[in-house]
Amino acid sequence: MSPRTMKLIVLNDYEQASEWAAKYIRNKILLFRPGPDRFFTLGLPTGSTPMGCYKKLIEYYEMGQISFQYVKTFNMDEYVGLPRDHPESYHSFMWNQFFKHIDIKAENTHILDGNAADLQAECAAFEEKITAAGGIELFVGGIGPDGHIAFNEPGSSLVSRTRVKTLAKDTIVANARFFDGDLSKVPTMALTVGVGTVMDAKEVLILITGAHKAFALYKAIEEGVNHMWTVSAFQQHPQTVFVCDEDATLELRVKTVKYFKGMMHVHNRLVETLPSVPKKN
Amino acid sequence: MPSNKSVSDAPITQFVNCRILRGSRLQREDLWVRSGSILDPEKLFFDEQGYADDRVDCEGSIMAPGFIDVQINGGYGVDFSEASEDVSAGVSLVSKKILQHGVTSFCPTLVTSPAAVYHKVKVHDGGAHGAGVLGLHLEGPFISAEKKGAHPERFLRTFQAGGIDDLMAAYGSLDNVAMVTLAPELAGSQSVVRELCRRGVTVSLGHSVANLSQAEEAVDQGASFITHLFNAMLPFHHRDPGIVGLLTSDRVPSGRTVFYGMIADGIHTNPAALRIAHRAHPEGLVLVTDAIMAMGLPPGRRTLGQQVIEIQGLHAYVAGTKTLSGSIATMDTCVRHFKHATGCSVEEALEAASLHPAQLLRLHHKGNLDYGSDADLVLLDDDLNLKATFISGEEVWKKAP
Repeated sequence: MSPRTMKLIVLNDYEQASEWAAKYIRNKILLFRPGPDRFFTLGLPTGSTPMGCYKKLIEYYEMGQISFQYVKTFNMDEYVGLPRDHPESYHSFMWNQFFKHIDIKAENTHILDGNAADLQAECAAFEEKITAAGGIELFVGGIGPDGHIAFNEPGSSLVSRTRVKTLAKDTIVANARFFDGDLSKVPTMALTVGVGTVMDAKEVLILITGAHKAFALYKAIEEGVNHMWTVSAFQQHPQTVFVCDEDATLELRVKTVKYFKGMMHVHNRLVETLPSVPKKN
Repeated sequence: MPSNKSVSDAPITQFVNCRILRGSRLQREDLWVRSGSILDPEKLFFDEQGYADDRVDCEGSIMAPGFIDVQINGGYGVDFSEASEDVSAGVSLVSKKILQHGVTSFCPTLVTSPAAVYHKVKVHDGGAHGAGVLGLHLEGPFISAEKKGAHPERFLRTFQAGGIDDLMAAYGSLDNVAMVTLAPELAGSQSVVRELCRRGVTVSLGHSVANLSQAEEAVDQGASFITHLFNAMLPFHHRDPGIVGLLTSDRVPSGRTVFYGMIADGIHTNPAALRIAHRAHPEGLVLVTDAIMAMGLPPGRRTLGQQVIEIQGLHAYVAGTKTLSGSIATMDTCVRHFKHATGCSVEEALEAASLHPAQLLRLHHKGNLDYGSDADLVLLDDDLNLKATFISGEEVWKKAP
């Protein structure tokens, strides 16, 4: 039976948290030994939190430590109605922050199409693509200030699947900074994977950095499973890793933080060295 | 990586490791080219699921749009204004040689000459054979006798009753003509300016004693360029700035820019004057060489148009006088000198030789590295020395190691 674990990894700052997460992802891919008949399926987020992690992954690719040739990616979400080449679309984000810097093949990337003629069908097709790819090995995500995972806003079903969602006010306000601070320019709907979709992944890694996420992290791991804080669903996932910086732990009990920090010497073994496996096929 | 394109089979080249001039900034971005045009790689990725067939490593160089020279009279022993049997061979020779100066498009310039000389040079694309010809620049003969510079007086003309008809009689045809320099104080010239602009020819003011009013009137009629600012025109005067006053005139119609050519060879314009012009109106500055046939040749006596000139070092005079005959500095020399003399940024210096001349000639697909534009490029080091020149994405010149 595979291990059933919840790990809270606390690093000093954003850079270190990004690096730890990137090394963890890199090592997972390498240990999997992806090949032409054996793709590593990776779920990916957008937003400011994962940017540091993407930068580090690009560095590891440029240093020759890892290839994305046999990696398939599935992004969590995309705005509805925003042109695909709009600088704030999640397609643009993924191209500029990640895809253009690495050797991933376009046909192995999957991002929901917020301009599809039939949005429901697009969502259903996305679920099918995940199934056809054999499910997601590792789903990387972030957390909103309101505790949401992807666009599963407070009140979302914890067994939800990929669907169209209306965005919560908190989310629209948080995103306004990418639209010249103009609330009227922010899209109000998005396509998103469901909580259930992410729960289906073999392993989940949630990146949480910054003091403004501290309360959401507290709600996610120190309170009960609750659909108002959808990230709390991962308390029931067999293999979850929360990677945080100090600021994100500000609302947790000192006891919780000390407990997990005490295990860092064990957890760091997961990222300390490059696994010695052939990197390129 | 193997290519995979559903839209086109043409090979895709990806220039990596370069700092490209885009949005008036040098950015660390790759540049993608397909079928001679700059490609949007994001569209290629998401729409076509395509990739590059070849990669060119630019080794950290600066990548700028190819330079555009709108005033060049010849070079390497070729004088475009000299009537000869094989005009196109001369143009071809120069067009090939100037690739090493970073020039990818140019306007062969004809100075005031007798009617017989206005032969036909065809507009054509550049390539491995040489820089592209954008059209002729006809400098004269409708210019001022007092400001003829090196132009021979006996061939100067004025507009008689016919205006544009006089012009057509002088030139024969306006096909393949990109620009005409004339003096707007000449009687009948304003209607000619209007008619030329209507026909898509860029009108430039120069070799003139026009006052500011006359110059502004010409701009109203559509004139958009000043030929070698300061040279062959009335000097700036604080009560009548003359043509120079166009740089800060409030009578330029909104939405229009008056461009001005500057020969930044360190000789034709005192650096202080260059700085005054640049600071007054930086977006209009267009670097030109005004190069004469002696460019590229060793010192001595040569023929230019219908006259004899003398080369001494970087200076070229009308033989027996101290009147400047034209410059022999190359375009890349001008770019470097312009940057040095004005203290402007690298981006500004490069735009003065590429973006601004393209804007002047209303060539939206040249002079910039935007998606869809022609892949006419130069690679430079940090001191703006040329390393390689490309036309339509193909390398047409490379600096010897």
